[in-house]
Amino acid sequence: MSSLRRRKPINESSDSKHKAEEEDEDHDDVDADGDDDVNGKNKKTPSKIKKKRGEKPPKQPKWSCMDTCCWFIGCICITWWLLLFLYNAMPASFPQYVTEAITGPLPDPPGVKLKKEGLEAKHPVVFVPGIVTGGLELWQGRECAEGLFRKRLWGGTFGEVYKRPLCWVEHMSLDNETGLDPCGIRVRPVSGLVAADYFAPGYFVWAVLIANLARIGYEDKTMYMAAYDWRLSFQNTEVRDQTLSRIKSNIELLVATNGGRKVVVIPHSMGVLYFLHFMKWVEAPAPMGGGGGPDWCSKHIKAVVNIGGPFLGVPKAIAGLFSAEAKDIAVARALAPGFLDNDIFQFQTLQHVMRMSRTWDSTMSMIPRGGNTIWGGLDWSPEEGNSCAKKREKKNETQIADQAGSENAVCKAKSANYGRIISFGKDVAEAPSSDIERIDFRGAIKGHSAANTTCRDVWTEYHDMGFAGIKAVAEYKTYTADSLVDLLHFVAPKMMARGTAHFSYGVADNLDDPKYKHYKYWSNPLETRLPNAPDMEIYSLYGVGLPTERAYVYKLSPHAECSIPFKIDTSADDEDTCLRDGVYSVDGDETVPVLSAGFMCAKGWRGKTRFNPSGIRTYIREYNHLPPANLLEGRGTLSGAHVDIMGNFALIEDVIRIAAGASGEELGGDQVYSKIFNWSENINLQLDEEIPVHSSS
Amino acid sequence: MSFLRRRKGTDSSKSQNLRCNIVKEDEKNNLYESPRKESYNSKKWSCWDSCCWFIGFVCSVWWFLLLLYNTMPASIPQYVTEAITGPLTDPPGVKLRKEGLTVNHPVVFVPGIVTGGLELWEGHQCAEGLFRKRLWGGSFGELYKRPLCWAQHMSLDNETGLDPPGIRVRPVSGLVAADYFAAGYFVWAVLIANLAQIGYEEKTMYMAAYDWRLSFQNTEVRDQTLSRIKSNIELMVATNGGKKVVVIPHSMGVLYFLHFMKWVEAPPPMGGGGGSEWCAKHIKAVMNIGGPFLGVPKSVSGLFSVEARDIAIARTFAPGFLDKDVFGLQTFQHLMRMTRTWDSTVSMIPKGGETIWGGLDWSPEGSSFNCGAKTLRNNSINNTDQIPNINLANMKNVNYGRIISFGKDVAEAHSSKIERVDLLDSMKADMLANLTNCDIWIEYHDIGDHRIKAAADYKVYTAGSILDLLHFVSPKLMARGGAHFSYGIADNLDDPKYQHYKYWSNPLETKLPDAPDMEIYSMYGVGIPTERAYVYKVTTATDCSIPFQIDTSVEGGSEDSCLKGGVFSADGDETVPVLSAGLMAAKGWRGKTRFNPSGIPTYIREYSHAPPANLLEGRGTQSGAHVDIMGNFALIEDIIRVAAGATGKELGGDHVYSDIFKWAERINLQL
Repeated sequence: MSSLRRRKPINESSDSKHKAEEEDEDHDDVDADGDDDVNGKNKKTPSKIKKKRGEKPPKQPKWSCMDTCCWFIGCICITWWLLLFLYNAMPASFPQYVTEAITGPLPDPPGVKLKKEGLEAKHPVVFVPGIVTGGLELWQGRECAEGLFRKRLWGGTFGEVYKRPLCWVEHMSLDNETGLDPCGIRVRPVSGLVAADYFAPGYFVWAVLIANLARIGYEDKTMYMAAYDWRLSFQNTEVRDQTLSRIKSNIELLVATNGGRKVVVIPHSMGVLYFLHFMKWVEAPAPMGGGGGPDWCSKHIKAVVNIGGPFLGVPKAIAGLFSAEAKDIAVARALAPGFLDNDIFQFQTLQHVMRMSRTWDSTMSMIPRGGNTIWGGLDWSPEEGNSCAKKREKKNETQIADQAGSENAVCKAKSANYGRIISFGKDVAEAPSSDIERIDFRGAIKGHSAANTTCRDVWTEYHDMGFAGIKAVAEYKTYTADSLVDLLHFVAPKMMARGTAHFSYGVADNLDDPKYKHYKYWSNPLETRLPNAPDMEIYSLYGVGLPTERAYVYKLSPHAECSIPFKIDTSADDEDTCLRDGVYSVDGDETVPVLSAGFMCAKGWRGKTRFNPSGIRTYIREYNHLPPANLLEGRGTLSGAHVDIMGNFALIEDVIRIAAGASGEELGGDQVYSKIFNWSENINLQLDEEIPVHSSS
Repeated sequence: MSFLRRRKGTDSSKSQNLRCNIVKEDEKNNLYESPRKESYNSKKWSCWDSCCWFIGFVCSVWWFLLLLYNTMPASIPQYVTEAITGPLTDPPGVKLRKEGLTVNHPVVFVPGIVTGGLELWEGHQCAEGLFRKRLWGGSFGELYKRPLCWAQHMSLDNETGLDPPGIRVRPVSGLVAADYFAAGYFVWAVLIANLAQIGYEEKTMYMAAYDWRLSFQNTEVRDQTLSRIKSNIELMVATNGGKKVVVIPHSMGVLYFLHFMKWVEAPPPMGGGGGSEWCAKHIKAVMNIGGPFLGVPKSVSGLFSVEARDIAIARTFAPGFLDKDVFGLQTFQHLMRMTRTWDSTVSMIPKGGETIWGGLDWSPEGSSFNCGAKTLRNNSINNTDQIPNINLANMKNVNYGRIISFGKDVAEAHSSKIERVDLLDSMKADMLANLTNCDIWIEYHDIGDHRIKAAADYKVYTAGSILDLLHFVSPKLMARGGAHFSYGIADNLDDPKYQHYKYWSNPLETKLPDAPDMEIYSMYGVGIPTERAYVYKVTTATDCSIPFQIDTSVEGGSEDSCLKGGVFSADGDETVPVLSAGLMAAKGWRGKTRFNPSGIPTYIREYSHAPPANLLEGRGTQSGAHVDIMGNFALIEDIIRVAAGATGKELGGDHVYSDIFKWAERINLQL
């Protein structure tokens, strides 16, 4: 308590004034203490005063109440200002000195390092941000959003979420029928590099990469942020905002103003799918496509450097759509059920989030694609044999090394059935498929929804479904990637109706089928061909070494009128099969499993396949995750996490080298830590145009 | 002081306390002592603790108010305003939406000098941590924190007019580039907000931000800005169903866009290769706001001695503060050195010479403009009658043509009475430069005392000789400027030399594009005295200061005089005189002339200045000032109507308050 300490000396000095009168009395005390010292008097008086104060407490609070408060705040303010002043007066390099003193000299950021090597800006670069990371701002809103014109609703501080949450949700939602703007509301993507350099203050997305590129001479005229409204389905960004046309025009401009040098495109996360869509769109003929002609990509694009791309979707998307929860939220929900589930302040948070996110068509672009062929069926999965225990052993060998031997044997026996992306109950998840009794939900009557119309103003499609429908869903027990799409159709028919008009999740049998000219197939790498651009390169850069959601154990939540009826069963835990808090995890970057990020480049597009007829070279660059060594490093320079990897020095170095003209071979070709090639072999996908060839396993 | 009162209470309790314990103590003594103690204590307390207490109190109150402010419904300020001023008029966007106007033509904004933001992309050691932070615009925080570093980074190379080595400062792009100049000081924001009301958004609005420090052609050389503008306009036309764009340049952006229109149709290496129909195909209208088509006299004083009227007055009031080396900073010299590297400033030197701006003894405005009685400005006949009555001894005929005069007597004397020493003779005088150890380098130190004296001995400069003067005092700047800009009047526009880009931004040396369906508007404020001519003096010689100053002691005889603080003013928008903003649209391009061969229709829209009625109105909705006019409701309404498809005739054609047509008649320009 600094306030007390500081007050003492003042009392002391004031009391030392009394000393003259108190001499005699003092003497008594001094004698009693047996410490007769002239100087000692000064020291002693405070303790005496304190004692005396203690004797008379009732008078004390009278002025310590308000005044002490003020005094205390004043002290804090002054100290704060002083520190602030010192901080501002401090030379800018000071924090770096401190950091270096603690952690040893920092490595040069890759931009500086490569500048010393003599690299210079060469190919213009195009960034394609992913879902969620791009800012959105308000252009027209309802009464409640007054004063927010051209302010960010998404990104930035998110201040409005707290101030007027319902208003915010209303404005962030799209129309449930069309998937476009609701009446009277226009929310538009922020444009320019600021759109996604920082997601929130201090939380970088592209900023580190931009800063490093700037070191070797990049600037606004050679960098372009292809910002789009990530809530819309890909084709709708063109319909509403002409975003695809803008990207086309800007890439053409970049190539023209940089002496004909082709662009290096760097999509991240969902931007990977968006750019796949763009490459098909730009070469497709006019009304539906951009009319760029069949060699547009080969003329304008040097390389596509995909970062953490969910080429084949992410299981996380299922949990998000099915019950508006990812692992983190599910745990929070179990720990504080009252907080998230019940109506705090009259907000039914999860339901509102669900209602909002279900109007975003883009979330459906990330539903796992390729069905059971890719993601595994009831009794097999490509990642079979993956063990979490092993992974942990890799990371800190000392702890688990001795147990590993014994556990490995068990592990083999109890391998997780990753193919069952959703299981109702842990026992179902683990039982052999023959033991599971399933009742088909597809024909189930959704039944009496009359009971559920009572829910206040929150509307989620579950209320239309009725109790019978919910029960039918649970009785089907386990869902693989194939049946998941049906499940979603069943529980969210409106959303999936919009979704299937814009996205497709299958594997093409015959790519020459004219139906594949429709735009809904363009973002699915298993139903389109890459453009005819043999000089182009495709990279897949992603982090590995983090447990990533792959399959879920669900339960029916206790019946409440207005809540979401399904929940991740966070009580389900199993060390050996990577089951934790109801979630089976595999290797990945915390969001995208290795399988989704790496498969296309490892197998689907490797060499000349039917998906890659011109034989575009593909490279896999994996980055092993290392958490930041200490707090000073922030989000780390060696991270492999889905977004934090944008600050990974090794990745940035690779990107800069490519932008400065290096080819994949010069980078060192593939760089693989995971078992992506083994897993790819397990997948039985027809790659040859003529004869289906079964890959050896 | 509640604090004192409470303090006393404790004190007496303490003394009571003492009394109880100390039996020996004399009651009287104690009673006698306590007041003394009290006063002592309170004094002790008031020093440090009451400080803390006070700050804490203030902070708490502040936070409390802040909390109240934040919880307050957003509409309260409006209620308050309406309660005071009566119901506010609808902003034009809302009004026109009710009329049923919707988004039609895409719009392009071309910001002027100074208003666009600039950010750092690469800098020296001293600018660490400023990567992609705004150096210009925003809060200007760095200007105060590290002024020298800032000036260094804002300067361009003195030889090339491009980046100095190791420094890259680039324009901010997007609508944010110039919507607000500084926090709360709008430039384009009000217009953008109103356009958004009728449905405009980013895909239909484009801010053609460019680095306003560079010469126009250099923006293409360094940043390919002109190519970007071309590509973006083409994109907007294509994505909006072939609807042509409405371009809205402001201030220097007007000249920049003139340059652009020539560039885009010129053949490649020098031009954009858009072909001779590009403008006709892509542009519906060019709505120039406050355009200095023929330059502004203000730029002369800016270049000559880094002072406009406001600064000049500050300089007399606090000579020590601005002139001497406060904090070791020679503010003016630094400013001058910085601005002299900006080629774009040269674009605004008055163009057209004495033909347009007047000679020694005549000027188009003549004596017809009365500065004092603005309300009478339409009755020029009245004024000329009154002037002899007011002061017979002093001919009140203002010689606006003499843009710079040395001394008031010179400014007012008849031309035959002025003895002038020819500038060119003294040019040959020895270059005994006083290479003193001024750590700041400005060109004045190179030119030496003789030349300074010679410049002053020439006494009077008209628009024609101003150029010689500038060449004389700052040869390097003008050498660069001369390569990018030209200030003359073409005799024969078919002369192949006029294909060079340096003529493109001078409306008197180029033809407008062949686009008979296009419209050109000239929109500007009137009714504010605007700098037109200066009275200078030579400063007492100090080694490291600028040798010329506006003579702020010079005042006109009467209240109504146009001469105030050494500056002759004419009608205008505070920066651009009416003559410069209106002449081209009023005469030079009106009908089919040699400058406008395809007969593009031109319209003049003037907005009479009315200052804001009270503080609540901020910068006013009827302002005519150069930048504040961007918030003028009448102007915004005109723009929105045109953007929504109206033609100039539907707007009501010309809308004139000033005497621009009368003045235009006096100008003898071959058409």
